[in-house]
Amino acid sequence: MNPLLEARGLNLRFGAVHALEDVSLDLYPGEVVGIVGESGSGKSSLLKVLAGMQPADAGSVAYTDAQGTAHDVLRISDAARRRLMRSEWGFVHQNARDALRMNVSAGGNVGERLMAAGSRHFGKIREEAAHWLTRVEIDTARMDDLPRTFSGGMQQRLQIARTLVTRPRLVFMDEPTGGLDVSVQAKLLDLIRSLVADLGLAVLLVTHDIAAARLLSHRIVVMRHGRIVEEGLTDRVLDDPQHPYTQLLVSSVLAA
Amino acid sequence: MNAPLNPVAEHLAGYNFAYLDEATKRMIRRALLKAVAIPGHQVPFGAREMPLPYGWGTGGIQVTAAVLGPRDVLKVIDQGADDTTNAVSIRRFFGRVAGVRTTDRTREATIIQTRHRIPETALREGQVLVYQVPMPEPLFKLEPRVSETTRLHALGDYGLMQVKLYEDIVQHGEVATAYNHPVMVNGRYLMSPSPIPSFDNPKMHMNPALQLFGAGREKRIYAVPPYTEVRSLDFEDHPFRPIRAPHACELCGSTESYLDEVITDDQGGRIFVCSDTDYCAERRGE
Repeated sequence: MNPLLEARGLNLRFGAVHALEDVSLDLYPGEVVGIVGESGSGKSSLLKVLAGMQPADAGSVAYTDAQGTAHDVLRISDAARRRLMRSEWGFVHQNARDALRMNVSAGGNVGERLMAAGSRHFGKIREEAAHWLTRVEIDTARMDDLPRTFSGGMQQRLQIARTLVTRPRLVFMDEPTGGLDVSVQAKLLDLIRSLVADLGLAVLLVTHDIAAARLLSHRIVVMRHGRIVEEGLTDRVLDDPQHPYTQLLVSSVLAA
Repeated sequence: MNAPLNPVAEHLAGYNFAYLDEATKRMIRRALLKAVAIPGHQVPFGAREMPLPYGWGTGGIQVTAAVLGPRDVLKVIDQGADDTTNAVSIRRFFGRVAGVRTTDRTREATIIQTRHRIPETALREGQVLVYQVPMPEPLFKLEPRVSETTRLHALGDYGLMQVKLYEDIVQHGEVATAYNHPVMVNGRYLMSPSPIPSFDNPKMHMNPALQLFGAGREKRIYAVPPYTEVRSLDFEDHPFRPIRAPHACELCGSTESYLDEVITDDQGGRIFVCSDTDYCAERRGE
């Protein structure tokens, strides 16, 4: 099987700071890879570079689409990148307010990607939006309400519905559970896990929450100072950490 | 058009023909040529200060000045009427500074400057319709960044506008834009038709006349060449529907024309009359 996303030798500097140093990563179809590390370790920068939202100083990112065509993500045209973003990819932000249109109804938020992709049938758009709201456990009676009347957890679920409505193959998630209270986090993780399994999504999950990473990811990549210090299967990395930093990271998790 | 430097008609001494200097007119004509070549695309131009306030038609006046020749016959309408302050002032302005013949008759005019209407009488080849445009950017209420709207136009990414129509149907049960309903021009560019009633939108489609749009404050020009496809945005199951008051004109009895509601007294009396005064007068045989 060929990787869906293939990153080689990524380098990125912000002045004197090395945000990424010689980072290479493969992501296979249907695979969930967790990227963990402390704040400033370069995990969000990595996600942005992989999604083509941030140019890298050196390296390459190759994405193979559903038709088997390879795209050079770092050198792709704006139009082609938008097309990928619209049809093949999804991006879930930490703060739902960054992604949602707060003055557009929940149904409109979910329908936007469908309309951007060319759907022009009001009834079908609504039907699809209702279906996705149900899947993320939002009452369809709230469909025509504005997201600002939603709780934080609902907003995050709405963002996920909005992202998944076009059935992307690859979803980038940047701290999807950040800023939510613990019980809501647990529910959301549960939801993401079942959706990912049902849809066979490939996910790149950036998080500093080791528990979330353990629950969702098949593989884990540990980053520090812009470098990948350790990677492997989730259980192996978390139960038998080799690198001193990983050991510190794992031991710092509070047991409930 | 093709104005000679010494026009045949008399005009106010001390002013160049049609007020603007020749270099400015050339600059505007260049923008117009580009606009005609790329239907629906907004072309920036160096709008000048005009002797009337922004919002009164400075963009339209500059476009008219740039295309006006001494043999042209000019008609100016404001909301369909030839006799409102705005229309009268602009007509008199060009009468003075260009010495051109002016008219109320749509049929006789070669150039028609308009604010917020398209005449009821069908336009023909060779006529030029100049629109006064307050806000040329159809996406401005949805996306405040000009850099981003430019990018959306470049990529033909108009899902956002469709979301707005979706929200209208959700909230009002139908598309609620009675005027300034966005159109796709030539299957490529999303365009603001200027605040004409949606009733007039279908008239833009495959119109034999040249349609020019000038926005003075926003410094943009765009155009729809003759016989160009202009489609109003809609949904397959909520097709675009032009809105017209369900009455006949009180004066001429027309059931086809776009109507204005006019209050006649303090007791709530009201009548509906044609907004296009020339059309109405012609039907009454005046």
